[in-house]
Amino acid sequence: MALYNSNRSGIIQIIIGVVVAIIVGQLISLQIFSNRYKLAADNNAIFRKIIYPDRGIIYDRKKRALLENTISYDLVVIPNEAKGVDTAALCEILKIDKEEYIKRMIDVIVKNSRVKVGVFEPFLTPELYAQLTENLYRFPGFSLSERSIRNYPYNTAAHVLGYVAEVDINFLQKHETDGYEMGDYAGMTGLEKQYEDVLMGQRGVKRYLRDNKGKIQGAFEKGQFDTVAVAGRNLYTTMDVEVQQLAEKLLQNKIGSAVVLNPKTGGVIAMASSPGYNPNLLTGNQRRRTIGTLLTDTARPIYNRAIKGQYPPGSTFKPMGALIALDEGLISPGYGYNCYGSYNACGDPRKCTHSNAGHAANLQVALANSCNSYFLQVFRMAIDNPKYGNAKAGYIKWKEYVNSFGLGRKLGIDLPSENKANIPDTAAYNKDFGNPTSWNSCYMLTLGIGQDRMTATPLQLANSMALIANEGYYYTPHFVDSIEEEDKEDKAVLSKYRTKQDVTKISSDIFKIIKEGMHDVTVYGTANGVKLPGHEYCAKTGTAQNPHGENHSIFVCFAPKENPKVAVAVVVENAGYGATWAGPISTLLMEKYLNDTLTPESAKKSDELAKVDLMPQSIKDWYIKNKSDRLKPIDEYQNDELGDVWDMEMVSEYKPKPKVQDTIKKVVDSATSKNEPTSPKRSSLKKDSAAILQKKKKKITRPKNVNHNT
Amino acid sequence: MSTTTPNQNSFSKGTDLAVIILYFAMIAIGILCIFMVEYNPNGNWSSSLIAGKNSYSKQIYFAIFCSFIGIFILLLDSKVFTALANILYGGGILLMLATFVIGKNINGSKSWIPIAGGFNLQPAELCKIFTALIIAKYIAKPETDFTRLKSQLIAFAMIALPAALSIMQHEMGLALVYSAFIFAMYREGLPPLILIVGLSFAILVIATLLIEPSILSMIITGISGLFILSMIKRFKRNKFKIFVVLGIWAVCFGSIRYVVPYIFNNVFECYQSTRIYSMVGKEYDCSQNKKSAATAEKKKGKKPDDYNVKQSKIAIGSGGFWGRGFLKGTQTRGKYVPEQNTDFIFTSLGEAFGFVGTFTFLGLYLFFLFRLIRIAERQRSTFSRVYAYSVVGIFFFHIAVNISMTIGLFPVVGIPLPLISYGGSSLLTFTVLVFVLLRLDADRQMVLR
Repeated sequence: MALYNSNRSGIIQIIIGVVVAIIVGQLISLQIFSNRYKLAADNNAIFRKIIYPDRGIIYDRKKRALLENTISYDLVVIPNEAKGVDTAALCEILKIDKEEYIKRMIDVIVKNSRVKVGVFEPFLTPELYAQLTENLYRFPGFSLSERSIRNYPYNTAAHVLGYVAEVDINFLQKHETDGYEMGDYAGMTGLEKQYEDVLMGQRGVKRYLRDNKGKIQGAFEKGQFDTVAVAGRNLYTTMDVEVQQLAEKLLQNKIGSAVVLNPKTGGVIAMASSPGYNPNLLTGNQRRRTIGTLLTDTARPIYNRAIKGQYPPGSTFKPMGALIALDEGLISPGYGYNCYGSYNACGDPRKCTHSNAGHAANLQVALANSCNSYFLQVFRMAIDNPKYGNAKAGYIKWKEYVNSFGLGRKLGIDLPSENKANIPDTAAYNKDFGNPTSWNSCYMLTLGIGQDRMTATPLQLANSMALIANEGYYYTPHFVDSIEEEDKEDKAVLSKYRTKQDVTKISSDIFKIIKEGMHDVTVYGTANGVKLPGHEYCAKTGTAQNPHGENHSIFVCFAPKENPKVAVAVVVENAGYGATWAGPISTLLMEKYLNDTLTPESAKKSDELAKVDLMPQSIKDWYIKNKSDRLKPIDEYQNDELGDVWDMEMVSEYKPKPKVQDTIKKVVDSATSKNEPTSPKRSSLKKDSAAILQKKKKKITRPKNVNHNT
Repeated sequence: MSTTTPNQNSFSKGTDLAVIILYFAMIAIGILCIFMVEYNPNGNWSSSLIAGKNSYSKQIYFAIFCSFIGIFILLLDSKVFTALANILYGGGILLMLATFVIGKNINGSKSWIPIAGGFNLQPAELCKIFTALIIAKYIAKPETDFTRLKSQLIAFAMIALPAALSIMQHEMGLALVYSAFIFAMYREGLPPLILIVGLSFAILVIATLLIEPSILSMIITGISGLFILSMIKRFKRNKFKIFVVLGIWAVCFGSIRYVVPYIFNNVFECYQSTRIYSMVGKEYDCSQNKKSAATAEKKKGKKPDDYNVKQSKIAIGSGGFWGRGFLKGTQTRGKYVPEQNTDFIFTSLGEAFGFVGTFTFLGLYLFFLFRLIRIAERQRSTFSRVYAYSVVGIFFFHIAVNISMTIGLFPVVGIPLPLISYGGSSLLTFTVLVFVLLRLDADRQMVLR
């Protein structure tokens, strides 16, 4: 009996062995070949708390903080723990209804899952904060979370400083390797963006062990995996907060821009763009209310005209034109031109404001009187320079010069999205005028007086003044003078602002003549009515024709005449003569910087200037028409949106449509052959470009939510 | 009857030392695992150990108590087991019936009888021992010829009775354990066809869950068709065989189409069907279930049914190769796995000691089972052998099902891990099972005399 069926013992053992083998197989796959359980376990049990460092602070040249950090509180919630909440009371405090409560709860869950902390109501007002702290025990799962936000004690320099905002999906995708996470804040524009890695510091992470009910059990592994938060480093800029405030004040009720440079270092003392906004409006809970208004405003207050606005430099270009001719040896300072009120050498007569004999007897006098004919002639000489064979080659050389002066290219200031403005290249003219062999200096004649397609940003204009002030070199304009605890990397970044840019080989004697000419401008020339108390200064006025309406009032200058310490460029859009509006603004800014204060008369003048309203009528009409729209807050904008607007090109650079091109051709043809009156056609051209502008504006102001929401 | 004077020499002589060592090793591992689950770094564990408030300290007391029971069993005369088998079985059944009257509801099953000191007894657990004894006694009877269908059916009935009572107590797991006696019966002459048919049916059920019924029917029909075609010549000689094939096909087809859906919708409760479906990675639609259509409403808002398995797999999987280390398991400390000190005790081991730990542990169990089989085979009396195989079957079934369910190979049924899981009843049952076997083994020479 015992031997009967005894082979079945083996079979039973095999069955047991097989089952155990299957179990071992599954254990191998679970424990050895699968990482996801480990991850899942960490997600379950390890609670990462992020410790946000304080962002670096930005100081002006006298160590005054342009921006600081203050504490703001958010109401945060862990949805899973929010059970038994007195919703009625909470809704009453927050002034929301039950539906909104549910909607926000769902938002939090979608964003951060049920077990993680999500923001329910950001940026609590002090009253709300007080109310909530008293009642928090009634809202299990809710807590108040501290957060550091920006604060601008001087309410100034919004365009330069930029702003910080919560990162969105787009940002995270763009900066995948930089270690940002949902809920982080990052600089979106301005210096905040440019120096993000310096300012942001390093986040710290603390890990806690958490049980199945989400309760914290203590530090994970005694904190050996924790990292410490490192505060962001401070920036020390070359700005002067008082000059900056004055610049913004003087540009009130006007559209325009002012740039104040220190020619000796390239440091920007002030940079204003008008209309602007109070940077405090884009922090905390103000932001939601303001951002829509700012984005839809037709005058585009968030647009930094100082580095993005493209303006025809007009007569302010004349010293530059002279420099080229002098460097090439085409003229000497004694060169004179007989101007009788217009320049006729290219057929169509170009007007000059002066007609008395001898107002362009030499370079100095011609500069002082801003003689158009003189500089048109000088321009033609440069293009038709026999040294280069033909007009095209001459033009290429001329463009090279202009570019080296910092026009028509990005200067490389430490702000994002600088515009290079426009010095047209030969391709553009080839396209317009066809065969390059038929090139002629008359085609682009008005380039010589800073018109035609030449545009420049106020920053470029200020930099050109620094070049003349320094007699042949400049430092790349920049804001940041030094970084706290500068390391090797920072030094590499800043080294480009500490290198001298030598651009001409013109002797300083010749520069002295230019300076004298520009000084004469302020003595008996076009700006003789604009004085700088206590200092002799050099300047050049500009009254730039433009396709958008009235002439732009432009003024560039530097002071003192000997050993210049400050260079300024001011543009007031559609305001008329350079000396009328841009002039006094410039001198007031220089006075403030050089004297550290304004004389009583100057102070009075500055108050008056601030009150002057030079807004174009079209913009005023827009405000009246859209008044109700303007005040309606739009809070659906994504954070990147502002950055996008910031990046957009200013549309003053007109691109001729085929039809317009024909018109130009006809104008040129008629000008060269028959001398027909061309003014009606010119006005039609104006209309066309205005239409283009209108269209582009529409395109810009339309919010682009669609892309961001995906 | 049990007043036979114990022979001091025979107490240690013939007792299998390896099994004793393994038994205590298992219990020690079990207490360690329970300790890991209950450990609180902020509390003073030594004082709570003495106070006996924690599961691990209770388990220690259980273990001490069980050791005494074990010694007591070893002191008994081995004849006592055969003599008492019938009475014990009858008593066990009566106790099970009694639970319907005086039973205490623990975890949704009314299978517990409260006894003194706050302890509860689960008669169904003890019935496993009694059933093993009575089966052994029945098969060992000289007049029983186990190759005959009649004796096999009687044995089945003996097993089925407590199993059916367990089902009525909503203890699905305990009922399933009774299928473990198939080992003993197979060893004693149950035709292997039953094993094969059972296995085939299990495969068929799983296939039904995995594959669309219509596609599966087509596959089955195709296989039958091919089989008939390839064997056509042989079938011509013996027409009966073709009907056998057709019959099998009909049974398979019927199972796929009607029997399996019927079982899932009408026999099983909703949660049972859901667990089985979730094991193969599918969702069961409870609205089809007629049995628990009413109770389904109540279950809403509870954790999803595969929560246990998910957390259990996470805990074991997160252990990796070397494990997180003793008391360092985050899932165990965070109490993510429900029922972790009883049915899911394996997870704390898996998390703390990783694959190395679980593999070693399985090796220990395997060694233990093979040792029991060796003991079984060296018995000269049928009673001892049948009983030994019953013990092997019960242990194996518990181990296989329990571990399989924690790693997602088997639907979740409430079955403890022998000698490891926290619980006095289960520990006592396995102790008695092992020590009775040891007592019988020690007397393996004597019975013949």
